[in-house]
Amino acid sequence: MDGQVLLEKLTAKFPGAVKGSADRFGQLEIQLEAKSIADVVVYLRDDSEMAFNMLVDIAAIDYSAFPNHTGDRFGAVYLLKSLSLGHRAQLKVTAPEEKPEVPTISHLFANANWCEREAYDQIGIRFTGHPNLKRILNHHEFVGHPLRKDYPITRRQALSANESLMDEMAVRLKQRGWE
Amino acid sequence: MIDTKTLLPRSSQGLDSAKHQEKKDLVMVNLGPSHPATHGTLRALLALDGETIAAAVTEIGYLHRGFEKDCEAHTFQQCIPYTDRLNYVSAIINNVGFCKAVERMLAVEVPERAIAIRVLTCELNRIIDHLVCAGANLVDIGALTNFWYTFNVREKVYNILEKLCGARLTSSYTRIGGLSRDVYPEFDVEVKAVLKEIRESVKQVKTLISTNRIFLDRTKGICVISKERAISYGWTGPTLRATGVEYDLRKSDPYYGYQDLKFDIPVGTIGDVYDRIFIRFYEIEESIHIIEQVLGKLPKGPVITADKRVALPPKQQTYGNIEGLMNHFKIIMHGICPAPGELYDFTEAANGELGFYIVADGSKNPYRVKCRPPCFMNFAAFGEMIEGSMVADAVANLGSINIIAGELDR
Repeated sequence: MDGQVLLEKLTAKFPGAVKGSADRFGQLEIQLEAKSIADVVVYLRDDSEMAFNMLVDIAAIDYSAFPNHTGDRFGAVYLLKSLSLGHRAQLKVTAPEEKPEVPTISHLFANANWCEREAYDQIGIRFTGHPNLKRILNHHEFVGHPLRKDYPITRRQALSANESLMDEMAVRLKQRGWE
Repeated sequence: MIDTKTLLPRSSQGLDSAKHQEKKDLVMVNLGPSHPATHGTLRALLALDGETIAAAVTEIGYLHRGFEKDCEAHTFQQCIPYTDRLNYVSAIINNVGFCKAVERMLAVEVPERAIAIRVLTCELNRIIDHLVCAGANLVDIGALTNFWYTFNVREKVYNILEKLCGARLTSSYTRIGGLSRDVYPEFDVEVKAVLKEIRESVKQVKTLISTNRIFLDRTKGICVISKERAISYGWTGPTLRATGVEYDLRKSDPYYGYQDLKFDIPVGTIGDVYDRIFIRFYEIEESIHIIEQVLGKLPKGPVITADKRVALPPKQQTYGNIEGLMNHFKIIMHGICPAPGELYDFTEAANGELGFYIVADGSKNPYRVKCRPPCFMNFAAFGEMIEGSMVADAVANLGSINIIAGELDR
């Protein structure tokens, strides 16, 4: 499906949710209100005309040092792909510095759990409703979010405590029927 | 304690979650982070009921070195060597993936010959990646002989790559706008000879394992993942195709003339360890077909664009005239500066979709590079896949999803 058609459909289906669009080298980026992301994604996934059944990735960006940037500090780009229809979609939501929150989509795609954890770990976007929003690439004692522009590349942290993983294990055992 | 009968069914369907079990009978065991079978530093915490995995959770990040942050502090050209270290088993595919994305941002025309050589080297890399994966996977389940058959020919491919770019693993072979150098004169003869040996070694390995009872028992029906679940986890590449989904970016979103080449997409049936190992052998065959077709009609011409914004001028010009010298100086000192913009671009790497989301702000450094490594999605499913299996099956499964910590942790 053409990006423009997708934009029109989303604008009609979710009045007020679509904030704008931008051409990203042939792929239309559709900018959405952060609070509507889960509703839009569930529609894109389940509607037979859309059938975006794969979440390719979530890319989080800190725009604070971007020249002439106006608007929210953080952005999260959701890349979706439909294997049956072949088309792709690119959605962007933004979050302000003082309250960097975006609703989770971890209940909609299995890999969104880790993708959101990575965005949280690296940039510091908090995905509300995420079942296990903890660091994934950096050490669990790490302070700060290294891919923020105000985190100096030379700042090191000496961290040594083991991650027990028992917090995740307790949840998982319960899900698996072990009381 | 444990009823031995529950250990007998070797399915990955999992324990009967409806019945209530006593947690105190479980034993917590760490698989990794430093374990010969993890091939890198990956950690899984297993709750064991006897030898069966009742639940598993994983931890990654042991090889995290800040690839994305490093890219922001370096110029676009300086990022290329960092991409070698993503999937270091098939480094050139990463080089190509990154350069292709930047070239699209700059709208640079890459010469035909450079594209053909990129396809050739990518397919050679895909072959060795698959050979390493299958070879190491087979070692993990006790079939050591196959390892020598696969690694012997891999070494010969490395000899070619070494002659081509001076390095074995960390090739940094591409440049923005083309390649660092052309192929050497005997390249096609040597590639044809090595392809013959690869075919032979794949045949030998297949002969050794395809009717081997131990191999079949260790791999068939082990750690099955359904199509739907694999797609929901964002799996791509051979592991997704092993579940029966015919999805290959070289066919679905073709680039670099893959649409004009004749090759098939092998698919598996149920998505078990067996399918994931065998699909790689079939893909090696297809890559050999591709290389043979490209070698037969290798275009002539330069291997790097003449676009003065991105390519260094020939040395005669740098030292021979002021324009050449200035051009050289500009590119070294001021770098390659794409106009502000954002782009997601992807290639079919050996493990699946390798994507780069690049934000440019008009300067010589990328403002943000987000790498989408195929392994990340594969390993996200690992815990779920091994639950209900035995510890030894977890090891067999880990090898079959081909986790490369370099791109997993970045």
